[in-house]
This record gives sequence, structure tokens and C-alpha cells, in this order.
Amino acid sequence: MVWRPTLAERRENKKKDKGAAKAPARLAVKKTYKLYLGGAFPRSESGRSYPVTSADGTHLANASLASRKDARDSVATARKAFGGWSGRTAYNRGQILYRIAEVMEGRHGQFADQLVTAQGIGRAEADRIVSAAVDRWVYYAGWTDKFAQVIGGSNPVAGPYYNHSAPEPTGVVVVFAPQDAPLLGLTSVLAPVIATGNTAVVVASEAAPLPAIELAEVLATSDVPGGVVNVLTGKVGELGPHLAAHADVNALDLAGTGDQAVEFEKAAATTLTRVLRPGPETDGGEEAWLDTDPGTSRMTPFLETKTVWHPVGV
Amino acid sequence: MSHTATAPEATTNHALRAYLYGLPGVDEVGARSRAQDLSTRSIKTTAKALAIDLAISMVDLTTLEGADTPGKVRSLCAKAALPDPADRTVPKVGAVCVYPDMVATAVEALRGTGIGVASVATAFPSGRAHLDVKLADTRRAVADGASEIDMVIDRGAFLSGDYLKVHEEIVAVKEACGQAHLKVILETGELVTYDNVRRVSHLAMRAGADFIKTSTGKVAPAATLPVTLIMLEAVRDHHAATGRRVGVKPAGGIRNTKDAIRNLVLVNETAGPEWLTPDLFRIGASSLLNDLLMQRTRLSTGTYPGPDYYTQD
Repeated sequence: MVWRPTLAERRENKKKDKGAAKAPARLAVKKTYKLYLGGAFPRSESGRSYPVTSADGTHLANASLASRKDARDSVATARKAFGGWSGRTAYNRGQILYRIAEVMEGRHGQFADQLVTAQGIGRAEADRIVSAAVDRWVYYAGWTDKFAQVIGGSNPVAGPYYNHSAPEPTGVVVVFAPQDAPLLGLTSVLAPVIATGNTAVVVASEAAPLPAIELAEVLATSDVPGGVVNVLTGKVGELGPHLAAHADVNALDLAGTGDQAVEFEKAAATTLTRVLRPGPETDGGEEAWLDTDPGTSRMTPFLETKTVWHPVGV
Repeated sequence: MSHTATAPEATTNHALRAYLYGLPGVDEVGARSRAQDLSTRSIKTTAKALAIDLAISMVDLTTLEGADTPGKVRSLCAKAALPDPADRTVPKVGAVCVYPDMVATAVEALRGTGIGVASVATAFPSGRAHLDVKLADTRRAVADGASEIDMVIDRGAFLSGDYLKVHEEIVAVKEACGQAHLKVILETGELVTYDNVRRVSHLAMRAGADFIKTSTGKVAPAATLPVTLIMLEAVRDHHAATGRRVGVKPAGGIRNTKDAIRNLVLVNETAGPEWLTPDLFRIGASSLLNDLLMQRTRLSTGTYPGPDYYTQD
């Protein structure tokens, strides 16, 4: 007699199968992430890429390995975008930054998943970091039309003049994103730069560039004009010297440069480029960026002060 | 190439038409793809440094605006003589190109520098004036000290088939130029076909042009690579037939170093290395010079320069 499972056994087996068999991964082909340049997503001019791994060494995807020519092109496109972006009303920039927060919130789960796999952190912590990053955009969206009142003002003078000082964006800012805080750290250094009307070239975290490119996808779909933010993935040691010495760069945020900060600061000095040195928060991981009210400290280094004398009674 | 050898002596409209229509037709697709092929040549490091210096020495630094002032012309002349005040090894430009009424100012500003003044004349840019006005325009510019005259042809006459009128005008202006070199502007953007570009090139050379120039810079498209290629072929053929070397000047739309180097490659591969001199090849441009200077700085210092470090005019 042939043995057949009883009905009860069959039910039991079915339950086991359901638990054991994982759903096949959808869209399982590994991806090569591209750069974000002038509102488009091109490959590196050099055609190179490098593997990106998770915290435990699993291959996640490839990222473009940007060359110095990509760096040069990104400065050129950021320069081109500067006039339009700095010329927008502060109110409109605020609207756009808030839109970034909205679109990012819509992709909350995706950002969190990515942090879980890439950083090896728990889901709850990842959620907290993504929420903090979204809040950071809202925070700086609020600052766009207020920093001028806080930083600028009417100066008392001993003469028949009005004297006003007003902050203006400095121009093209190269942002070296923090190495071990690929999402919240990146947001915290990038948002204040563009909030005040600068345009940015971002060198993403070398080991964890994927959140930066995900963020670029958000920027590309949230009314940020092309060229206002340009994201390069690659080696700080390769791109940094060229960007630091570039005469058409107005300021550097050296947050993610580690030991090379001094070298870059020296190179920047030859063209009087403004520099924001890395602070203590820059190697404390995402946790170090959780302060919900960072104030104006990351905006003022990238502002120039325009002072106007105006005669009274004319 | 022997087709120019059969150029007729008798100058009647009929003879000119027969001559121009006897020229071989231009293979448009071929010209485009040849220009495209040559524009992909890689010129790097020392070759690039040489090409940049050669290109700077070929620039006709130009200002042709209604808003030109003597001050602007003087500052342009200062820049022509010393393109980069931070680096005295930069060569001088080929010439300064201005409107006729600015010639005297430019000549005065360039005294002692060895740089010539080129003046557009003959009712530039349209050429729509009577011949006596055009000749007076030319004579006045030469009298003021212009060493080169950039004349425009009568495109209307050419397109309506009055080749004799175009020819006679060039001959007359050439005579009015005296010692000054004559550049003939074909305004290829208005000539419609590449065949016409070849025809006008030969017509102008036959009438005595020392240079043939693509465009006024006021009409788009201006100096495209295929058009420059066809004109370079024409001067090469003219030299083969007559032994006289005529220069070529692309003008308008050449804004960066890459474009300039592409043009130099085209010259070398089409007309030959004999044309790689400011006496036989010029580039009419205004914004190009700054890009050449920036690329030069990039090569000599290794760092990327910024436009803020160079004068605007």
C-alpha cells in the first residue's frame, strides 16, 4: 500500500512550506548607481565604478567612481545654476526645501531599509534617523526667509546715513559629506548650504554612497532646479585636491575629509576659498547629528555680508 | 585637383556661372562625417599646450557691438597685447577686429605692440549699401590705419545668380584696400547649401581675396566644422591650381578651447601644416580667448582656474 499523508499532515506541511519558502526577490539585478550632475544622472566620464558593500561585507550594488573631470563638470554646472537659485525669493526656496522633505517622507521605508542593510543598524533606529533627516529639511526650509533678519540688520552709524548689512550666498560650495553618517549627516551639511542660496557639489560618503544617490533621486523630483545640488560618489583622496584648489569654488565644507582636511585647507588658501573645518560631530556617526536645533552655525560660514550705505533725506 | 586651373579669364556672368557650376558638388554627408571624425582627435599635454599657444596667436580679438565705446576698444587692445597679465609667456593675439569708426582708437592703443587692426567694412554685417558707400567705408578704414579689411559679400546678388556683381565688388574693394589684407566674409549661414559655400569660396579667391572668412557672427549657424572643412578644401585646391595660398578665418560660435583645437586639427588634415600660422588661419572670437587662457593656466599650474580671474572684455 502506498503511503499518503493524511489531511491533517497535508495541512501541517502546507503551513511549513509557507514559512520556509521566501518570496523570490523582485528586480534582483544588481544596480550601478550613477552620479547626479546638472539635474541628470550620468555615468562617470571615466566609465569607472566601485563595489559598495554592507556593514558585514555583502555586495549591495556598484557606485560610479567619479573622476576629476566629473568634479570639474560639476563645479561648472553648479556655477551655472547659482544665478537662478540665489535669485529666487527666499520664500520659494523654503517651499522647495519643504517639498524635498515631503518627497523624502514618501520614500521613508526605502531610506530606512537602505540604512538597515548598509549600516547594519536596527529598523527602529533607522526609522528614527530617516525621520530626523526629513525634519532637518523642514528645519532649514523654515530658515530660508529668516536667516537674513537674524544675521543681517540695520547698523548704528554716527552720520546722516542708513547703514544696512545683508547676508548673501557665497556661490559654489563643495560639501564633503560625513563618512559615517551617510543620510542624516549628509542632510545636515547639505541643507544649510542650499537653504541660503548657494549651489553645492557633494562628495558623498566613500564607503556608504547609496543614501546620497537615493537623496539625489528625491532632489530630482522635488522642484530643485538642476545643478543646484550635484552628487559625486568616489574617493575623497582623488577628487578632494582638485576641488579644494579649484579657483571657481567659493567655499569648502570639510566635514568628511578626515586626515586630509589640513591639506585641503592649504590648497583652498591659494584662491582664498572659504573653509568650514570638520567639527567634533563629523566622526560620531548618525547619532552625532540628532540635535534638532543646530541653529545658524552651518549657514553663516557660507554667507558674505553686503553692507549698504544710504544717505538720509534724499 | 585641377578644376580651378580651368578658371576662365573672361569675366562675364555667363563665364562665372559656367565656372562655378563646373566645380564638383559637395558630398554633404561625407563633409559632415569627415568633420565629425576629425573632431574626435585627442590632443593632450604638450601637444595641447602648443595648440593653445598657436590658437591664441591666431585669435582675431573681436568686438562688433552697437554699444562699443572707445574705452571698451582700448581695454580690448590692452588685452590683445597682454592677454594674461599674470603670465607674460602668453603670446599676443593675431589682430584686433573692430568697426571702422573705432579703427583710429584701436591703432592708437596698439601702437608699438606689432598687433594689426582689422576692420569690418562694406556695410557690415548685411552688406546692403551702394558700392560707392562700401568703397568709401573701406578707404576710410585703411586711411585710419587698418591693416586688414573684413568685407561682406552681397549674398542677395549671389543667391539671385548675379555672380559678376559679387566678383566685381570684391575686385573693387581689393583695389580700395591698397596694402591692407582683404578678408572676404561669405556669411555661410545665409548661403543655404554646402555647394554654394564652395562656389563663393572659389569666386572670392578668384577675385583676389587674401582670406576667406565664414561669417559675420551675427547670423546663426556661424562657423560650423563642415563649412570650415569645405573652405579649407577650397584654399587647398586654389593653391594646387594657382600656387597662391589664401587664408581661412572661421568666426562666430567658437567659444572654447576644444572647438579651437578641433579647428586646428581640421586645418592640419585638410589644407596642411603650411596653414598652421596666423598669416593663413585666424579665429574670429571674443569669449574664446578667456577659455584658452584658463586652459593654459590649467596646464601650467595643474589646478582648475575660475573665470573671475580673467577680464571680461
